Amino acid sequence: MDSQLIHLFWTFSIYVIMLLIIGGYCMLATLNLVRALIGLEILMKAVTLLIIAAGYVSRHPAQAQALVITLIVIETVGIAIAMGIVLSIYRHKKSLDSRNIMSLKG
Amino acid sequence: MESLILIILVAAALFTVMTRSLLRAAIGLALTSAVLSILMFRLDCPMAAVFELSVCAGLISALFFSIITITEPLTPEKVEEERRARMTRFWYLPVILVIAGIVLSFLSVSIHLKLPVPEANNDVRAILWHLRQLDLVGQVIILLAGVFGIVILLKEAGKKNG
Amino acid sequence: MPLLGIIILNLPLGGVMRKTTFWLCLALFMAQICLVLAPNMNNTGPFFKFDLIIDELSRVVLFCIALVSAVSLLAGEQLIKDENRKFNFASLLLAVVAGMNGVVMVKDVFSLYVFLEITAVASFILISLFREMGGLEAAFKYLLLSAVATVLMLSSVALLLLLSGDTSFAGINAAIITSPHSHLIMLAIGLFICGLFIKGGLMPFHGWLPDAYSASPAPVSILLAGIVTKTAGVYSLIRIMTLVFVFDDPVKYVLMFVGAVSIVFGALAALGQSDLKRMLAYSSISQVGYIIIGLGCGTVLGIFGAVFHLFNHAVFKSLLFVNSAAVESQTNTRDMDKLSGLAEKMPLTGVTSLLAMLSTAGIPPLSGFWSKLLIILALWLSGHYFYAVVAILASVITLAYFLSMQRRVFWGKTGNEFRGVREAGIYLAIPALILAAITVAVGLIFPFVINMFIQLPDIIALPAGRQGG
Repeated sequence: MDSQLIHLFWTFSIYVIMLLIIGGYCMLATLNLVRALIGLEILMKAVTLLIIAAGYVSRHPAQAQALVITLIVIETVGIAIAMGIVLSIYRHKKSLDSRNIMSLKG
Repeated sequence: MESLILIILVAAALFTVMTRSLLRAAIGLALTSAVLSILMFRLDCPMAAVFELSVCAGLISALFFSIITITEPLTPEKVEEERRARMTRFWYLPVILVIAGIVLSFLSVSIHLKLPVPEANNDVRAILWHLRQLDLVGQVIILLAGVFGIVILLKEAGKKNG
Repeated sequence: MPLLGIIILNLPLGGVMRKTTFWLCLALFMAQICLVLAPNMNNTGPFFKFDLIIDELSRVVLFCIALVSAVSLLAGEQLIKDENRKFNFASLLLAVVAGMNGVVMVKDVFSLYVFLEITAVASFILISLFREMGGLEAAFKYLLLSAVATVLMLSSVALLLLLSGDTSFAGINAAIITSPHSHLIMLAIGLFICGLFIKGGLMPFHGWLPDAYSASPAPVSILLAGIVTKTAGVYSLIRIMTLVFVFDDPVKYVLMFVGAVSIVFGALAALGQSDLKRMLAYSSISQVGYIIIGLGCGTVLGIFGAVFHLFNHAVFKSLLFVNSAAVESQTNTRDMDKLSGLAEKMPLTGVTSLLAMLSTAGIPPLSGFWSKLLIILALWLSGHYFYAVVAILASVITLAYFLSMQRRVFWGKTGNEFRGVREAGIYLAIPALILAAITVAVGLIFPFVINMFIQLPDIIALPAGRQGG
């Protein structure tokens, strides 16, 4: 029974890792700022899945749900602020190309 | 059964990332959220699933749609060449994923650990809020700060333009 | 009670009260300082059923938070001209302080994350408050990296939840000690530490720091450098290292290595800078490296030195940023190659800057000397000779780049275009004076009051000693 749960958790972890790769790749390989935000969202979903899986396997679904709900609220606020910033950048440069924002080097 | 849903989840995420237009990417994100929410239902987490569905698949998608429609990215000619350049980079992704998936599934047998799992102590989630009041305060603060920030950012942006 | 302070803190002062905003905030911060220094503040339980720690370590950091926030507020009063913006700034400042108070006082890993995120989100907005391209760019980079840190920390929390079914400090500590899964534990610890490294701006992941410090508006820089980075990253590290995680050798080596790399890299990078604030940013990376290396040492002396250096760094780095804000506001430039000979026109700024600089480099009898001495001693005594030597050498480099800055900006002949420069306004001068006074005073009286701080290691020494530090 225990090993079955472990195996289940490991299966979930594989998919979580794949989601992390997807999200990370999206964030790194894109030139468009909004797409970077989408990648960020995918990363957060991966972590949400990980928390839920951990809660399920350790038989504490209640704790996991509390964490996830708080996490979703915070994530939403974060994304909203990020969009505000992207919008402001757009109004400055009239473009969403991420190569525009590489100016502060040194 | 869960494996099937997991595969759909990863496929949806893949679609979200690799699709060409931003609008479709946002739809893909909403779709991914929906699949994730279904997964959560199956894992004994009904309330989190509802939250995820309503907030992520709803609110965030609305945010993304509004920002995508406000910011028209590029002129049509440049759009085509940008997309072509981008697709050549993005083809690496499914390849990496498949390799990773195969490698990881071979690693699975090494973790036969005895899990000292503590027993579940609560099954009603409402009880749990008694333990987590501080987080609630935190959420309220962050909501206030966030709303404030959005108002500042957007209002000044409008003023600077006009 | 700081708890009550947090509650009041975030009534975002509805539009009517714009004029009184400033004084209200100032009063709040003063209240926080007084409360922290009062000796009978150890129980906030009865009000809200929260679970908070307010022990010596928290008090030190709470004091720093209040101090630097007050300074930042004063600077904002001086430098932000628009009434609306001042109001926004003050409200967001309150949010950041609320977040940091929370970080300092929680007893639970996930609540730690929640308050860290509050601090981070409020800082994003603050960095981009002036809506210039530099600020927006810095805010966006900080945001992305902070999100990555979030993902790392949360996955660690998930693993810990798996192991222990609980997220409070006590629960996790118990589970770690009794649990047989060493690989998972190491993975969880590693992930969490990496997340905190990103937030604290240490070497492997410092990418956002120089941009954020230099491109944000002046009072925001003061706030960021003085406490946000340090509280978010370093304090959390200290707290979880000593209370939660098992403090054994691999972890210590990692900490010391990262600390040493940060020190050297920060110092070397600061040498080649021509932008004043950017140089200060790299110097901050270097100093935080000192704190981490002291922490990684593991002995009581090391941890104590680290915490003391935390306090000192808050004071003198804020002082340096206040001075840079004064210089920038009076001369409209941050380029050190263009500035010269300001000491005649701005004597106060010059002198306080000199004091802060000497303290950073570790010259006696200022406070920086004592904290660096403690850290180097701790390293030496516990046998890590190589690291001690590195720390000493980096101190020399620190002195070098600061002297060069001082020489370029303040001494020498006054350039032609700076004839009309006056001394910085009153709101910038007062914090500068206060901070400088603290630096000197702490340095002078330190040997006599060392007993007051000894209670501090008792809290920390218990777990550290138990693990065979």
